[in-house]
Amino acid sequence: MLSVHDLEYIRGERLLFTELAFSLHPGEVMQIEGANGSGKTSLMRLVAGLGLPTEGAIRWNGICIRQCREAYCQSTVYLGHGLGIKSDLTPLENLQHALAISGLALPRKDAIRALADTGLDAFMEQPSRTLSAGQNQRIALSRLILHPGTLWILDEPYTALDRQGINMLNQLLERHSAKGGMAIVSSHQPVELQVPLRTLQLS
Amino acid sequence: MNPAFSAFAALIRRDMILAYRNHHELANPLAFFLMFASIFPLAINPEPVFLQKMAPGIVWIAALIASLLSLENLFRSDYDDGSIEQWVLSPHPLALLVLGKVVAHWCMSGLPMLLLAPLMGLLLQMPPTSITIMEMTLLLGTPSLSLIGAIGVALTVGLKRGGMLLGLLILPLYIPVLIFATSAITAAASGLPVSGQLYFLAAMSLLGVSLAPWAIASALRISVS
Repeated sequence: MLSVHDLEYIRGERLLFTELAFSLHPGEVMQIEGANGSGKTSLMRLVAGLGLPTEGAIRWNGICIRQCREAYCQSTVYLGHGLGIKSDLTPLENLQHALAISGLALPRKDAIRALADTGLDAFMEQPSRTLSAGQNQRIALSRLILHPGTLWILDEPYTALDRQGINMLNQLLERHSAKGGMAIVSSHQPVELQVPLRTLQLS
Repeated sequence: MNPAFSAFAALIRRDMILAYRNHHELANPLAFFLMFASIFPLAINPEPVFLQKMAPGIVWIAALIASLLSLENLFRSDYDDGSIEQWVLSPHPLALLVLGKVVAHWCMSGLPMLLLAPLMGLLLQMPPTSITIMEMTLLLGTPSLSLIGAIGVALTVGLKRGGMLLGLLILPLYIPVLIFATSAITAAASGLPVSGQLYFLAAMSLLGVSLAPWAIASALRISVS
């Protein structure tokens, strides 16, 4: 369970949010809404563990995420604006590398299957720079299929995805939630899921 | 295999593949290294005796600047595409991952320099014994250059134009390496013992391997937060 207590964050001289509190229980998906510059990305980065809040605490199963860094990192997947994809590597190489960095040693066939599930089976062996933005986004999303982490932190995951891609991501989120996983998703579009969706409005 | 070690190896492997696919970027600092040696005689004095005296300094200044040039982009693309964020969020120690990055960088800049240096020694009329010692100083000294340099790169990666600042930041820290390396080569040319200088270079590299990764990791954490 993730709980956020009285979070305050000041970037530069601007107060982005203050006294922000919420908790996320197994099976819950939360959408973060807010205008451009309202601090959605900052909030997600703080929750992921990149950077320190000005005030407040973020706890994972009751322990501050700084204190249980290794366990917390093993149970989270963070997809930010930078996808961490190298344009000179193929989707398969990118995925295998990302998995190795996040501490998963999975056989090659699992990676191939995950890429096929995201609709990249025909592009597995060509450099990622020849692929579209949406296809690159799908490479990053394929990590979600293989990663056993229970908390997904997805910053604008729908950008660049086509309608079929959006459906695929929604299905992934529904399956994750059904298995007891949690997700924080920021999006400007309405998110339509078959599971109950909470929203957090940043102003 | 230990998963932390396999992440370390995966990072080295990835950088090797990327370097192989972009080999022109790899060649530029090396071409610079050779060019630097060949313009010196033209600019100053092609007299063999004079060149022999200058050679250790020329080789090592070329090595410093080539290392600076090759380091400049060490973390640039990883910073821009969000890879560094993934390293920071990896359950493995960030210091180990960045050490992998530096090892890969050394294999692609320090090692080729080591292979090119004898050619440079010949261009500068160095006697064979000096060339052997020069190779040893490069072998023991260039790891320090990569490690110290990476700290500076990690600190400046978040800045738009960090290139000049990087030079100002790390060139002073290269001075001890430069002093011991050049004095070893000069001593070898006059038949004096050089083990003292070589031990110092080795000690600096070992100290670098054990301490620099922590500094690089902290600097990267600051840069991405």
